[in-house]
Amino acid sequence: MPINQTLSWGRYPKASHFRVHKPAWNDQLPDILEAAAPGSLLPYGLGRSYGDSCLNAGRELIDCRRLNRILGFDESTGMLRCECGVSLSDIIDLFLPRGWFLPVTPGTRFVTVGGAIANDVHGKNQHCAGTFGAHVFQIGLHRSNDGLVICNSEDNSDLLRATIGGLGLTGVIAWADIRLKRVAGPWIDAESIPFRSLNAFLDLSHESKDRFEYTVAWLDCFSGKKTRGIFFRGKHSAGHGRKFHPKRGPTLPFALPSWMLNPYSAKVFNACYYRIHSARKGAALIPYDYFFYPLDSIRQWNLLYGRQGFLQYQCVMPEANLEAFEELLERIARSGMGSFLGVLKQFGSAPPAGMLSFPRPGITIALDFAIRGERTFQLMQSLDEIVRESGGALYPAKDARMSSHLFEASFPHWRSFVPYIDPKISSSFWRRVTAGQ
Amino acid sequence: MKMAVTEPSPVTGRAATAPNAMREIIILGATSGIAMEVQRQLARQQCKLLLVARSPERLADLQTDLMAQGAQQVFIYSADLACVQQHTAIFEFTRTVLPDFDTVLLAYGSMHDQRESEASVDVLLEELQINFVSAAAILTLFAADLERRRTGCLAAITSVAGDRGRRSNYVYGSAKGALSLFLQGLRSRLHPAGVRVITIKPGPVRTAMTDHLPNSARFADPKEVARSIVRALERRSPDVLYTPRHWRYIMAAVRQIPETIFKRLSS
Repeated sequence: MPINQTLSWGRYPKASHFRVHKPAWNDQLPDILEAAAPGSLLPYGLGRSYGDSCLNAGRELIDCRRLNRILGFDESTGMLRCECGVSLSDIIDLFLPRGWFLPVTPGTRFVTVGGAIANDVHGKNQHCAGTFGAHVFQIGLHRSNDGLVICNSEDNSDLLRATIGGLGLTGVIAWADIRLKRVAGPWIDAESIPFRSLNAFLDLSHESKDRFEYTVAWLDCFSGKKTRGIFFRGKHSAGHGRKFHPKRGPTLPFALPSWMLNPYSAKVFNACYYRIHSARKGAALIPYDYFFYPLDSIRQWNLLYGRQGFLQYQCVMPEANLEAFEELLERIARSGMGSFLGVLKQFGSAPPAGMLSFPRPGITIALDFAIRGERTFQLMQSLDEIVRESGGALYPAKDARMSSHLFEASFPHWRSFVPYIDPKISSSFWRRVTAGQ
Repeated sequence: MKMAVTEPSPVTGRAATAPNAMREIIILGATSGIAMEVQRQLARQQCKLLLVARSPERLADLQTDLMAQGAQQVFIYSADLACVQQHTAIFEFTRTVLPDFDTVLLAYGSMHDQRESEASVDVLLEELQINFVSAAAILTLFAADLERRRTGCLAAITSVAGDRGRRSNYVYGSAKGALSLFLQGLRSRLHPAGVRVITIKPGPVRTAMTDHLPNSARFADPKEVARSIVRALERRSPDVLYTPRHWRYIMAAVRQIPETIFKRLSS
């Protein structure tokens, strides 16, 4: 019996799959769906979800990466129709030279369009452009029980809203219509500003949100109550910097030994990062990939965290509860378990595009934690309590361990999503967070 | 909504690839895994393409995609290449839309489970028909045209499996091996006319054709294989292209094993 180990980006949990289908054409999907047992399938893209939302342990996956064709582009409106396995990187490579860019992009370009819709991903422009799903006008969705269903704002609009952020559970996306946006070129007018308190961060956020399309901050997760970080903001530029060739950085060949990442090395890294960026503060004209995808320059950076993998913790908490947020940071700092990349962003109040969309007004923070046995999970649980009490939520795309209670608290309306799930589809994540409910 | 495929209009950034000698290419078996990657790379070089394959729907999807990727023109023709009776019509269509074509890439093939062709002569004959008989037939048509015009390049994808008969896939291997021999002779015949003939021998490649084989995750990336094929089509290249390259040395070694030993090896 073939057993395929397919990992998510966090390399935890280690899931084995009974079978991986690799359709190369949309016309193969109806047969795959029809032949499957109830709850046995899950569409899979580039595996950039951190936890188990892209896994289906002991069951089957549909690897959609060969479904990667462009099916149409309207130069007058920027409307792109593509299959679900097209990656955001493919779209940039093809359309940025013609003056078009993604309406919303997450921190990596190596996700598929299907994955971006299924997780309703957000980016540095969430405060003004909303999530990826807000720019999806129409999809064709393969369903096991009613064939190819066209969903847009007029027909099957509820199924469209369920599929956006629906974690791949509502069917397999055949194609999607996404409106790209016009940009002047591949350059970004960027500014970086050091800050030394949470209030200073919020002031910067408020002040920038109308003037800058993109805002995000890096946070030193060892700084605790004496918060420090660097605020980055930018907008597309009509200017031309020095000619640049997108360069392919090194690839981490294997998982680093886990002792290399320890509280000391992480602290030193964070201190240096802060120093370097405070010294470089100010405005600059930089290439888009340096601004949006700094981590993509190291292929397989997830191997940095060692063989056991890592957890990413991304929550959002209401701004009114700033003390709770500070308490969260304090606990992380005290644990000494945080690592390099604390990412902070203030979400705007755009209405959610999907039923299970994660972004909502408040502050969101994302942090990586190398898995160091039980104590890592205990820390996460103590953070969960703060998030739940403050009325916050956890991001399913990053999660491998939240309890069903926290899921319910994060997505109180999840039960109204259930009728839209395709009976042939399920995921490790979904079984975990809905167990016993 | 109206979805129009428009000509690329360069605005910023990447400069268009410089036009090269290879402009008009016919791909026989356009929906095969390797062919699709080759076509993409050719489209980015703004070539004109004629795609031949069975399914009209799949061809239409490919056409749209390749136009978006930058191809200058993409023609499609739906036919069953295994059926020799359809070859004349394919050839006539080619002469109508791309009379000055300069390259033909034969990329179709079939790999049944070997045990099926051991059990059924029909399956065996079908396998030989697709991989060798029909391939030799259609190459003969195109060869005559290129020979008359004294230009161009004929390339066909055979396989390293054709270098030595093995227990586990000698049916596929013998058909591909026969095709390699056919190309060898054709090369010699067309050499005086200045027509290049390239035998492409890929090792195992990660495509739909090999998904059912064990260890298929470790096979070569079709993108890399396609890159070496496109390079071979563009410039002076070895007559026989092994891709990835190390297969040249592996197969050189495998061919040296004496038959008395080889027949006892289990693969």
